[in-house]
Amino acid sequence: MKLKELAHSRTGDKGNISNVSLIVYHSEDYERLRQAVTAERVKDHFKDIVKGEVIRYELPKIGAMNFVMQEALGGGVTRSLSLDRHGKSLSSYLLEMEISLES
Amino acid sequence: MKAIRIGGGAGYAGDRIEPALDLMEKGNLDYIIFECLAERTIALAQKEKQKNPSKGYNPLLEYRMEKVLPLYISKDCRVITNMGAANPVGAARAVKEMALKLGLRNLKIAAVTGDDVFLNIEQYLDSTIMETGMPLRERYPDIISANAYIGAEGIVRALKEGAHIIITGRASDPSLTVAPLVHEFGWEWTDYERLGQATAAGHLLECGAQVTGGYFAEPGYKDVPELWNAGFPISEFHENGDFTVSKLDEAGGLISTATVKEQLLYEIHDPESYLTPDVVADFSQATVEEISANNVIVKGISGKRKSGYYKTSVGYEDGYIVEAEISYGGSGCMNRAKLAEEIVRKRIAYTNLPYEDLKIDYIGNSSLYGEKTSINLIPEVRLRVAARCEERKEAMAIGQEVEALYTNGPAGGGGVRVHVEEVISIASILIPEADVRVDVVYEEL
Repeated sequence: MKLKELAHSRTGDKGNISNVSLIVYHSEDYERLRQAVTAERVKDHFKDIVKGEVIRYELPKIGAMNFVMQEALGGGVTRSLSLDRHGKSLSSYLLEMEISLES
Repeated sequence: MKAIRIGGGAGYAGDRIEPALDLMEKGNLDYIIFECLAERTIALAQKEKQKNPSKGYNPLLEYRMEKVLPLYISKDCRVITNMGAANPVGAARAVKEMALKLGLRNLKIAAVTGDDVFLNIEQYLDSTIMETGMPLRERYPDIISANAYIGAEGIVRALKEGAHIIITGRASDPSLTVAPLVHEFGWEWTDYERLGQATAAGHLLECGAQVTGGYFAEPGYKDVPELWNAGFPISEFHENGDFTVSKLDEAGGLISTATVKEQLLYEIHDPESYLTPDVVADFSQATVEEISANNVIVKGISGKRKSGYYKTSVGYEDGYIVEAEISYGGSGCMNRAKLAEEIVRKRIAYTNLPYEDLKIDYIGNSSLYGEKTSINLIPEVRLRVAARCEERKEAMAIGQEVEALYTNGPAGGGGVRVHVEEVISIASILIPEADVRVDVVYEEL
């Protein structure tokens, strides 16, 4: 199933860095998502968009993870040639990730 | 227990005004903040100031203040804003003139300065550019501005000295909220836990409707009632450091644990170390809980000593960007679009047109995630709104409604472009030949 069925997300930007959150709708899903949606998995998912490192921060108390992706915005908001300079639509792309239910 | 109520009156430079006025009118606020600066806004404002030394503040300052000032008087709600942008002193003067026109009296307007460090730029040329890792020197001849993200200190001083309207330049976003709380509760600058909590409250207020259901909605997954009329947020901050986020009952929108979590994590990078000029805030142990409909309490925030450095935005001239679009339809439209791309690329090469970087996208197909990742047919769609208006400002206002979808609209919208141009149209009519008299006139020297 798509990540979208279990969690929601918002993207923010600073310079050439994109910050994508992933927040579960139900706290009982947090642990399996934490295991399934690793920084490596996210880096692979965004491999043609994000050029730099992906770091994952965990916030178990609110059932959330925060992915910080370096070199993600085509040079940064002020000079990028991308249509979506802020990378605001990247959250929707993260939620397209397929995960297996029994992971 | 003492509690202070602060309203978030704007999420970005061009945000809507009505929800802010509603908050001042009915929100029983002690303060309202208008956060109106983004990374690039300040550099654009500096350019404006170079052209006209009395300008360089937020272009909507007068528009907002004309409506805000009378409400300040009747509701005793002090106003704190970074609408000063490149020229807080000029902005304060403009607000004073407006207050005089409105016949107001007993009004103290403060301009907080010091963030503009452009005159000292040469001493920073060996600094490393955070985005690229290169030394600042490589941009040196093109630098037009340098503004440090300053903290709450100047605003606190202005409040102590009785200012009612406080205008800053590049003060950091959460500092607009931290300052009145420091002033009201008398905290020390070493009271890191409280400063961290106030920073979190400011972080939740500073994007306007982004915490009240704006930029959240996804039909069928995250529905938001009456999103078109989303209220702006109110934070009630308690002496013990806990705070709530709510809105006016009659306003549209939604405040839930989910909307608060999304905004809490927005742009913060490392949740344990959210760097601000006032404190290093720690959101990692935060909890959020709904205490009643559209009223969420946030606890568990703390803070650490600040880094001692101010992040500084250096503006530099970086050439021009052109954007040009054309549509194709019907079967084979992608093939024709690809042929069009080939033609444009070959023409650019053939005529030796120089460029630094070139990007060609297929909007509706692969403009957001690129062709490789879009191969599995991940859908995308571009909304286009066009209108013809009598006045440029009316046309701009319609454009602003589209731009406002960033912080006030559905989740994940990106890439807003608003281009307004004057239209010179032709209207052909017939008139009698006899009405026309041909003549010739000369200039004489």
